[in-house]
Amino acid sequence: MRRRRFFTWLRQPGVLSAMPATLFLTVGFIGPLVMVFAYSFMPPRTFSLAQAPTLDNYFAVIHESYYISFLWSVWLASLTVALLLLICYPIAYGMAKLFGKWANLVTILVAVPLLISENIRLFGWVLFLLKKGILDGTMQAFFGIEMPSLLYGVPVIVLGLVYVYLPFMLFPLVIGISMVSDTLKEAASDLGASRWQIFREVELPLAMPGVLIGAMLTFILALGSLAEAKILGGQAVIMLADDIESAFTFAQNWPRGSVLSVLMIVFSGGLIFFLFRRIDLDRLLGGR
Amino acid sequence: MKSRRFSVSRTLIVLWTAAIVVFLYIPIVSVVVASFSHKRYFSFPVTKWTTKWYEKAMASLSVRDLIETSLEVAVLVTIFSVVLAFFGALAFARYDWKGRKFYQKIILLPIFFPQAVLGLALLLWFSAIGVTTSWHTAVFAHMVWIVPIVTLIMSIQVYSFDPSLEEAAYDLGATRWQVLREITLPILSPGILSGTIFAFLLSWGNFPLSLFTTGADQTVPEWLYAKMVSGYTPMVPTLGSLTVGSAVIMLVLAYLVYSVIRRRTLKE
Repeated sequence: MRRRRFFTWLRQPGVLSAMPATLFLTVGFIGPLVMVFAYSFMPPRTFSLAQAPTLDNYFAVIHESYYISFLWSVWLASLTVALLLLICYPIAYGMAKLFGKWANLVTILVAVPLLISENIRLFGWVLFLLKKGILDGTMQAFFGIEMPSLLYGVPVIVLGLVYVYLPFMLFPLVIGISMVSDTLKEAASDLGASRWQIFREVELPLAMPGVLIGAMLTFILALGSLAEAKILGGQAVIMLADDIESAFTFAQNWPRGSVLSVLMIVFSGGLIFFLFRRIDLDRLLGGR
Repeated sequence: MKSRRFSVSRTLIVLWTAAIVVFLYIPIVSVVVASFSHKRYFSFPVTKWTTKWYEKAMASLSVRDLIETSLEVAVLVTIFSVVLAFFGALAFARYDWKGRKFYQKIILLPIFFPQAVLGLALLLWFSAIGVTTSWHTAVFAHMVWIVPIVTLIMSIQVYSFDPSLEEAAYDLGATRWQVLREITLPILSPGILSGTIFAFLLSWGNFPLSLFTTGADQTVPEWLYAKMVSGYTPMVPTLGSLTVGSAVIMLVLAYLVYSVIRRRTLKE
């Protein structure tokens, strides 16, 4: 009886069309994550899973100085999110409420750079900020001002993070803000609310799903970023993803790299879980 | 009074948006400018313009290999991802079934995942199940990240699809295959088109996943990164500009296809 119910469930067109992608991601996404998790309990510097599980790697990671790169990653990711909220909110407001037909143009202009490899764009910043690069060269030629060295430091890493992840904040914000109905804001205004009150009590709470998605997405992506610190930062800061990479590659210590990955997965996974409990994707994407 | 304040803040928002759009294009323009500079090590203002790096890139066999590998990966990723994501999007937004809410969240998870860590996890996975990494495994790795993105893009289109059109066709005696070919695919074609563009260009430009999963093969972004970090050559901005150019050409072509489709549907 229960088996029959399972088969009627399975024969629905929705279930059938979900099947290929779900099976693929089970093999391509869930599988590797389970593998990483399993490796994190293997003795250090081993390459097979056929050994007695141990917690050694977890203790080792706690005792060594990995918390430095972890804290740097969290701090830079938080800073990036805060800056992006400030930068993107007015633009998202404009795209959702003011620009009308021009909003499409802005969408295209912001989306096009996403289709160009991230490291080419970061390298463009190197060429722009380099000594005798485009900025420095222009300043010297036209104003006779010599710029101090701008590359290879923390500020330029933040610039890179803000630059690369800007669209991932902007687009969710636009969706969020377009969900705020203007009649509600007018009603609040008629009842004597100030602009600040309307923003805080009406607009922001209603736009919250978009704000949350944008903030979470950019935070998690920045937390796991690698190229910004390497290309622009010149190793001024070691990010967590950097530590994970060297544990897997140079150090050839897969269990160590696995533990660090598990920490990152658990941290970001917790945030995603919190996020997904608070939003309804049908309403956000389909306007239902 | 109120309307004047409104227009001031409106002007500020327009200016701010324009400034940020310029900001987004600064590095891209910088790469293109550098690719035409004569000097071996770039400095600005450019004293002599040249196209010699492009000629060298075109003549180089290794560059041709890189482009070939990148193209092979991107084309295969696009074909597989678009098919998987098309059905994935129907399940996401068109049909109502028990388990759909859960499915929607699972399918989007890989987008919320740092790509470098995903690439390493996949490397571990491949070596654990005994698969030698090459550009074939990179196709698989790219898909793990791109299938969810394309599903999301297509879903937005599917949400606005009116299911009663399909039902009407069934009532008139159409088969499942006819409905798919005559109704569902044409109506969803703009979503499929933008999904295709995204799949192709995101794979073409992907670096963090390729880095760990291509094995001995190398794609253009990997080569660029290797040269940026050590052994700089002026070919870096040149190949960079070539990929920028190919992205722009793809987008223009896509726009043309899109307007042809739209004109045809408007006529009908």
